[in-house]
Amino acid sequence: MEAQATQTPTERSVEKLERVVIRFAGDSGDGMQLTGMQFTSTAAAIGNDLATLPDFPAEIRAPAGTLPGVSGFQINFSSEEIFTPGDAPDVLVAMNPAALKTNIRDLRRNGLLIVNTDAFGAADLKKAEYAVNPLEDGSLDGYRVIPVELTRLNRKALLQTGLPTRSVDRCKNFFALGMMYYLYNRPLDVSMGWIEHKFAGKPDLVQANQLALKAGYAFCEATELFQTTYEVPPAALEPGTYRNINGNQALALGFIAASFRSGLKLFQGSYPITPASDVLHELSGYKNYGVVTFQAEDEIGAIGAAIGAAFAGKLAITTTSGPGLSLKQEFMGLAVMVELPIVVVDIQRGGPSTGLPTKTEQADLLQAMFGRHSESPCIVLAARSPADCFDAAFEASRLALTHMTPVILLTDGFLATGAEPWKLPEIEALPRIEVEFRKEHAGFLPYARDPQTLARPWAIPGTPDLEHRIGGLEKSDGSGNVDYDPLNHERMIRIREEKVRRVANDIPLAETSGDSEGDLLVLGWGSTYGAINGAVRRARKDGLGVGMLHLRHLNPFPRNLGEVLARYRRVLIPENNTGQLALLIQGRFLREVIQLNKIQGQPFKESEVLDKIREVAGVRS
Amino acid sequence: MSAPTLTKKDFITDQEVRWCPGCGDYAILSAVQQVLPTLGIPRENFVVVSGIGCSSRLPYYVNTYGFHTIHGRAPSVATGIKIANPELSVWIATGDGDGLSIGGNHLIHTLRRNVDLNILLFDNRIYGLTKGQYSPTSEFGKKTKSTPFGSVDRPFNPVALALGANGTFVARSVDVLATHLKSTLVAASNHKGTSFVQIFQNCNIFNDHAFDELSDKGVRDDNILVLEHGQPMIFGKSRDRGIRLKGSEPEVVKLGNGVKERDLLIHDEHGSWSYAFMLAHMEPPEFPMPLGVIRRVDAPTVESAIAEQIRAITAHKGAGDLHKLIYSGEIWEVK
Repeated sequence: MEAQATQTPTERSVEKLERVVIRFAGDSGDGMQLTGMQFTSTAAAIGNDLATLPDFPAEIRAPAGTLPGVSGFQINFSSEEIFTPGDAPDVLVAMNPAALKTNIRDLRRNGLLIVNTDAFGAADLKKAEYAVNPLEDGSLDGYRVIPVELTRLNRKALLQTGLPTRSVDRCKNFFALGMMYYLYNRPLDVSMGWIEHKFAGKPDLVQANQLALKAGYAFCEATELFQTTYEVPPAALEPGTYRNINGNQALALGFIAASFRSGLKLFQGSYPITPASDVLHELSGYKNYGVVTFQAEDEIGAIGAAIGAAFAGKLAITTTSGPGLSLKQEFMGLAVMVELPIVVVDIQRGGPSTGLPTKTEQADLLQAMFGRHSESPCIVLAARSPADCFDAAFEASRLALTHMTPVILLTDGFLATGAEPWKLPEIEALPRIEVEFRKEHAGFLPYARDPQTLARPWAIPGTPDLEHRIGGLEKSDGSGNVDYDPLNHERMIRIREEKVRRVANDIPLAETSGDSEGDLLVLGWGSTYGAINGAVRRARKDGLGVGMLHLRHLNPFPRNLGEVLARYRRVLIPENNTGQLALLIQGRFLREVIQLNKIQGQPFKESEVLDKIREVAGVRS
Repeated sequence: MSAPTLTKKDFITDQEVRWCPGCGDYAILSAVQQVLPTLGIPRENFVVVSGIGCSSRLPYYVNTYGFHTIHGRAPSVATGIKIANPELSVWIATGDGDGLSIGGNHLIHTLRRNVDLNILLFDNRIYGLTKGQYSPTSEFGKKTKSTPFGSVDRPFNPVALALGANGTFVARSVDVLATHLKSTLVAASNHKGTSFVQIFQNCNIFNDHAFDELSDKGVRDDNILVLEHGQPMIFGKSRDRGIRLKGSEPEVVKLGNGVKERDLLIHDEHGSWSYAFMLAHMEPPEFPMPLGVIRRVDAPTVESAIAEQIRAITAHKGAGDLHKLIYSGEIWEVK
């Protein structure tokens, strides 16, 4: 293996590839997220379709060089449409032994492995719990190993800067990035510009990082380290304007868009929790958009303030993750009772309890459906990709405001931090969200109902002559007065249920893709979209008859869901939980389903879903 | 535009009041209904928010906007309302269980933020609605349904707690001292910031006579010290006793025999922390119970700070443009 790096120069060739998956892995202090994001920006600028997935530890700084301290960033970039950050990386850049150990199992066979050999000293190996040096024991024989004295080369290149070694070493991620830019024939200008901007006012750091980037590139060029370099041409994306966006940013923008299109100011009550905090960070920067962000004393205070703001006439949201949703549930029961519009976003993570706070899971669906005391139905939606979080936030706001009831929007850690190109919407094409506060005194009853939606009027404090009281005690329909009458209670329970059921009249019918009937339907919700879509396309390319349906609306379901399910002989439901949608489908439609469950804190790979489709179809792989 | 003249009648709802006959809550409700029309605030701008408990039924009986929320959480909802619309006059009705036990966290953070709203803490030192368990203000050793052998918990001093949470307006009154209570509520309303008013309230079912020494005409004047800013601390039926500082400690002195009014402490609502805490911890039998405004200081309110930040940043950056927001960052065209 060593020979490859020092072989005699040969003619260099450029090979065209459709898509490539690279994973950068190193210590959480090595700047791997940054490196990955830079590669992403450049891929976007070139016009590749792409999807990314950061994978970082829960600890801010686990001890350097240890297994728990490894941080990774995976990017899938392509000349074709892609839906996931990729299954097995084609290239792994391992900055230390710990990164190698935790990531090597994912690298595809014969994949390219670039290692920083300078980080493979005895102490480093020990921290990574290696008894023998994996570079020397033959355990990496199945891969194309490129050993690089990355730390030393970087130090040499940056000698002229006169910066202390510590600062110089912090630039070595750019050296690695430069190597990747060479390998995939990428221009340096995007990252050069970014460095200049990022370190504006610190010319020595601009120089050092730019030098490292160029040195990594030049090193490959001069040594002819790679016999072959690769090119991934631009993808034929739908015409339009794009930007790369992750799910949490898209959520924030979606809510601001809903605020503009409804004419209501946005109020966010929130309490810091991984992986939802970024939505709070993002929205807190948009004060000139009239956005109020309120960081409460706890999760309960956060939703309480949001409900207060909703009472006072704002577009009110609260953002959290699973444990926070549990804390908010009593207040959500109140929101159901007082019939005020709020959006509760649950960015799901691995649980129960603190669980895997930085990893993804889809296990809060049943909590969203049934996590409250008594009969307290909420509208439940899910986003399916990072960019889709924009549309999902907008839709959640629309439904809450139109139907005067709480909405739960489910995303997850994968969507929150994963990124993809987003085709920017035409602002004028975004629907208006019609909101009318009650002003008219004559005939006003706090619990009078819209005949279509059953929504009650929204009469906000400050409106003369509409003074009224709301609260958690059971309401008399119409007057809204406290009412303990047994028959009234049953009537109100049924009205609140019917109100959510009628939302089905206000959402699109379920539409399948692929085969519209036949043997197999793959049914999903949330962030499994990419893996399912990719797998179904590949299965159909292979001649299998498969349909796909991905649900945005989980409560209520689309009106025609039962009819759609009936068109297929079998239904496969892949979920990152033990079968929560499966339970709902079985319960609602008395329908047997086949489950595919993965609960590892990681999203599905396309191949995992494809294997299951083949298995169900009776295809031997 | 002047608001139409309002009277107590305008603040009475058609709902039947459902407190036990003889409950101190009636007196507080009546005081609230008498005070609100006098404040020069249009009725539609009042919002009364409550949690859970006997006291928290108050919104149903006050003809304003009202929100009966969940146990302990009234301050959260009220904070959202006030930030959303700073024009509103927001009042919280809570109790010693609702406000200090399950809702303690929201209470202290509301005080810390100095949201401009008024917290009326009905303190009867017992759980009434759940029928007689000890509360966070029940005395040590108190026998209740859940403490048949006496409570082993030490109680909070609500005034000291509010001061400790950096409260900018902390006051105390008694349910049946109607005139004093009303003037305290007016002062609370006029204060810009969180006004915290502890109201001793008799629960005649589960903790009757708890405050007799402060409310019974025969004895109360010897047991209460009505604080007035700038006035010497004199009390007693014959107004013949006062509070004097001896070193850094207060002492009760009898006027006469060389003790003059000018030797007494002069109440200062803007006094030091140690002064405010000294008052908070004075109580019978050693001292009379200080009533009235214990501390009142000016500080920015959170809702005005939020509004100001939005104003300043909008002035600096210009009003947000949705198109610019979405079409920002590293964007690229695909033709």
